[in-house]
Parts: sequence; C-alpha cells; structure tokens
Amino acid sequence: MAIIEVKQLTKVFGHDAVRALPLLEQGWSKEKIAREAKLTVGVNKAEFSIEEGEIFVIMGLSGSGKSTLVRLLNRLIEPTGGQVLFKGKDVVQMNPEQLREFRRKNIGMVFQKFALFPHRSVLANAEYGLEVQGVEKSKRTRLAMEALELVGLKGWEHHRPDQLSGGMQQRVGLARGLANDPDILLMDEAFSALDPLIRKDMQQELLELQARVKKTIVFITHDLDEALRIGDRIALMKDGVIVQIGSPEEILIQPANKYVERFVEDVDLSKVLTAAHVMRQPEMIRPERGPRVALQLMRDSGVSSLYVADNEMKLQGVITAENAAQALKENRSILEVMQREIPRVRPDTLLNDLFEMMSETHLPVAVVDEGDKLKGIVIKGAVLSALAGNAVPEGGLGS
Amino acid sequence: MNLPKIPLGKGVEWLEDWLTTYFGPFFDLIHAVIGGMVSGIDAALTFLPAIVLTILIAALAYWIGKWRMALFAVIGLLLIDNLGLWDPSMQSLALVLTASLLAVIIGVPLGVLCAQSKTFQNIATPILDFMQTMPAFVYLLPAVSFFSLGVVPGVIASIIFAIPPTIRLTNLGIRQVSPELVEAADAFGSTAGQKLFKLQLPIALPTIMAGINQTIMLSLSMVVISSMIGAQGVGAYVYRAVSQAKTGAGFEAGIAIVIIAILLDRLTQKLFKPKQQG
Repeated sequence: MAIIEVKQLTKVFGHDAVRALPLLEQGWSKEKIAREAKLTVGVNKAEFSIEEGEIFVIMGLSGSGKSTLVRLLNRLIEPTGGQVLFKGKDVVQMNPEQLREFRRKNIGMVFQKFALFPHRSVLANAEYGLEVQGVEKSKRTRLAMEALELVGLKGWEHHRPDQLSGGMQQRVGLARGLANDPDILLMDEAFSALDPLIRKDMQQELLELQARVKKTIVFITHDLDEALRIGDRIALMKDGVIVQIGSPEEILIQPANKYVERFVEDVDLSKVLTAAHVMRQPEMIRPERGPRVALQLMRDSGVSSLYVADNEMKLQGVITAENAAQALKENRSILEVMQREIPRVRPDTLLNDLFEMMSETHLPVAVVDEGDKLKGIVIKGAVLSALAGNAVPEGGLGS
Repeated sequence: MNLPKIPLGKGVEWLEDWLTTYFGPFFDLIHAVIGGMVSGIDAALTFLPAIVLTILIAALAYWIGKWRMALFAVIGLLLIDNLGLWDPSMQSLALVLTASLLAVIIGVPLGVLCAQSKTFQNIATPILDFMQTMPAFVYLLPAVSFFSLGVVPGVIASIIFAIPPTIRLTNLGIRQVSPELVEAADAFGSTAGQKLFKLQLPIALPTIMAGINQTIMLSLSMVVISSMIGAQGVGAYVYRAVSQAKTGAGFEAGIAIVIIAILLDRLTQKLFKPKQQG
C-alpha cells in the first residue's frame, strides 16, 4: 500500500495565491500566471504515490520546484491546494498539534547544508528529535547512539559538528533524521554539498543502510547520476510540473518527452545499467541427469551449452554440446565433464565492469547472488542492445 | 504666517499630572521594589571589608579571564579604597547593577517578542530610537515627579537610557539564527518554546551578551546624571567637584568610575566566551 499519496498538490507563491488555482485549472502556463497575475507557481498539480520501503527520487534542475515539493510533504511550506495523504490521512488538514506529532513520529528530514545545531554535540544533535518529543534522557541517548552507530559515527558523539568533515557532518544529519525511527525520511539534496568521491561513498552507504532499516526515502537531487544510482523510482520535474515518473530504466529507455530525452541523452548507460537489467533466463539442467538428456535439451532450445545447477539453484558449472558428446562416448556423468571455471558476476554489477570479462570468454557470464545461486546469464548481444538504448532484452528486467 | 504654537509641552505636563494622580500607588510599589534592591545590593557589597571584596573580585577576574585582569582588579580596587571612595563607589555600583539587572529582565523578553513579531518590532523600533536619542535630562524630570528625589528615579532613568541595546541585540541575535536551522527545528516538530530555548537563545547568546554589556556600560554612564536628582554615590562626588570647580577631586572620582567601568566591561565580555570554546 502506498505510504504517501499526493493528489493535485499545488504551491503558488505570492499575495492571495489561491486565485491562481482556477487559472492553473484552465491550463495557464507558469509564465502566463507570472506575467498576468504576478504569482509564482512553485509546484503545479503534482500527483504521485510513494510505496512503503522504496527510495523515491524527485529530480529536476534548480528552480524546477523539487525543494518546494518536498517541503509540502511535511508542510514546512504550506500548500496552496491539493492533498498529501499519509497512510490515508490528509497532512494538509492537520491542525498544528497533529502536524507537530506527524513531524515528530512519522517523518524525518536531512538537509542540503546539514543544518546541524552548532551549539550541541554530535550526540545532542542526534537526540534532538527525541528530546522535543519528551523522551526521557537515558532512552533518547541509547536510541541516538544506535543511530550514530548505524551511520558509522561511534566514538564521535562528544565532538562538535564543526570539528567534523562534510561527509561526517551529513552522517550526523542522517543519524538525527533516523534516531526517532520515522516512517519516512526526506532527504533534500542531502549529498549535493559533498565532494564527488565522498558523495559516491555516501550514496553507496545510503543503499546499504536502506537495506537494513527499510525506510521510505524521498530523495531530492539535481544530479541524474545520483538519481539513477539510488532511485527505485524517479519523478522528473520541470517548471513545477512532474514530467515523468518511472524506474531508472524506464526514464532512460522510454523518455516521456523531448525534455526528458534531452536530459538523459548524455547518460553513459554502461554506468547505469547492471547485469540484472540485461540478464536472461538460463537454460539449466540438474547434475544428476545424464549427458543424453543434456544434448536433447540443447537441441530443443537451440543453445550450445547448459548451466548445471542443483535443486537449490546453486551453480555447479556449465556443460557444452562437445562436453556432453564426450561424456556420452566415454560413459561419464555430467559432473565429471562439465566446466567448473565459469565467469560469474553479481546482479548489481555495472555493464561497464562486464566488458573486460566478456571479451575474455566465449561463454555467457553467469549472474549469481551471494549464495552462488544462479539468477540469470548475460550474453554479448543483450549488452549491446541495451547500450544502444533500443529495448529491454528478452527475459530481462526480471531478477 | 503666524500659526499658534502646538501645546506639546502642556500636553506632556498634563499627562505627567494625570499619571501621578491615578498611578500613585503603582509608582510607590515600584519605588519600594527598586529602592529595596539598590539598598540590598549596596548592603551586600559593603558587608565585607574592602580588602576581602577586592580579593573576591580578583578571584572572579582570574577565573573568567587571565591573571592580568585579576592584577588590574586588585590595583584598581585598592586605589579606589585608598582615595577614600570605596563606599560611594559601592553605592554607584549598586545603582548600576540594579538598573542593568532590571534592564536585562525586561529587555531580553522584549527582544524575543521583537524577533517573533514583525508588528511588534515595527512598533518598538521608533520607541527605542526615541529612548536613546532623547537627552537623559529630559526624562529625569518626570522620573522625579513620579518617584521623588533619590536613587530610584536615577535607576528608572538609567533603565530607560540603557535598555535599548539589550532589546535590539536580543532581537538581532535571534533573527540572525540561520533559517535552515530554524527549518530543521520545525521539521522535527519543535514547539515555539522549544525552538526558542533549545536553538534560538543559545545561538544568539553571544550577541545578547554584547547587548547586555552595552546596557551595563550605558547605565554606568548615567551615574553622574543620576546624582543631579539626589542619587548618592561616586557620581555625586563628580557632580560636586564640577560645581565647585575642584579639578583634583573631580579627577579622583572620575578615575573610580573608569576603574569600575573597565572591570564591568571585561568581566561581562568574557563571561560567556569560555563556554563557547569548550
């Protein structure tokens, strides 16, 4: 079920802003409203829903309204019209008391320039959200310490924020956002102020963190690479309007319009798409079957090799038609003749890192998970067609 | 053109009469409170022998600042005692401390109000300008008619003259807190009170302290003027020396005021800095 549902959410800045609503309804453009009504449209009838546990990225250039949109979700900016439903309850209709409670318990926030409290220690910063809720001292210290440990800042709790590097300061921001265990974490350009290298590390860590804490994250960024790397789904904004919402692949492969197309045309797909995106179903055989069955299966499905996996899908090796023919002649089993040395990669390996491996082998590359379970195979043709941006390869995108 | 003069002065005098008539008991209460505070502080300051208090202040100076300030405190205070100005100096100090304390108690909340409300700020700003630029002698007179002669109208006049920096700098300090921090405090569901006490006041503290320091200095500058309406103390010595053209005596009393001023200034300036660095 969607944890957040946004309906017709609109923000117009200026005097008596509600008079812009009927104009937007008539389809007036942002420019026309600015010119004739002297009002600035920040967000224009945004409509989307966010599923529990996903990383939802809102992306756009500066001035596209993305920072306004994220602030409408917790009403740091008061919406002009529309609804924000949190688990079915409209945030826009909440009274100040309910809104405060919502901000305290359900929705945390991480800021672009960290916004750490300079007069408080790292620990006291992480404690802040719990402190304003009135959680007693020993409990909030424990929870804040857990959050600091989660972001790798154990041992720094008594330092002041200004004694920390940028990356570490933002970890404090992250710990502060996580300490009161909210359902949703809003991250407003959270990594934009960091050096490129630190930034990449933080993106990776956020993904690892997310795998553990399973929060719903709304992440704002102006950086397409960042959006593609961490987003489960991406909403692309322009002039206050959401232009397209979709998975990273959908945005890349099926841009909704010229604007999105231009936005994504410079993206190096090989650094975005992973093995999981291009892999296909392998033809498999159990090791206890005989070589004759293997040959028959190859003939039936028109392939020249089969992957040998046990009944738990654990990859054992690969058997080619020649191997099978040899086994048949010498009356040996599949396990004895199969090739055990085969190239393997994880599903999240970038295509960019596959090229070298693929040039060194004539076999397809096997995609396996941590337990060496076979997930799929990658053949050269699928990689090339994905890079050409043509289509999702047959059997692909499933994982 | 010969327009009749607007009776501004008459109006003010009418208001003064009206206030004295109808708010008499209220002024009596204030008189009792302030008079009590001044004599209480004065009694506390003169309860100990001069040398003991000198050592205590020097110790405080050493704890807050450095040995140099402690040394200055010892030499300066011993000099005041040697000149025979100890008791009047303590009387003046009692007046300054009372006026400053009341100015802070009234001024900081008013500064907070200014920071919270644009309307309040717009109303307060011209009043503060008025209080600071109107010659102090002018409001000595109504102060005397409300509170009669003595130290109390001196305290009142000092408060009026000295309170603006505390209000202004409290307002400024709170408004200077970065909007991002305020936004962060809001995002975590702080009430207005939590925001004020956990974020705005602590961050504005150095600025507020600068305002309080100014307030203390300004109320010290009022001791001579207060002596004209009968406030006792070292200010009265200066006033008397001036009216009798005694340069030497005037200089001695002036030096005592300078020593107290420097001590108050340095002590209050440094009071909140060690915490910042720690």
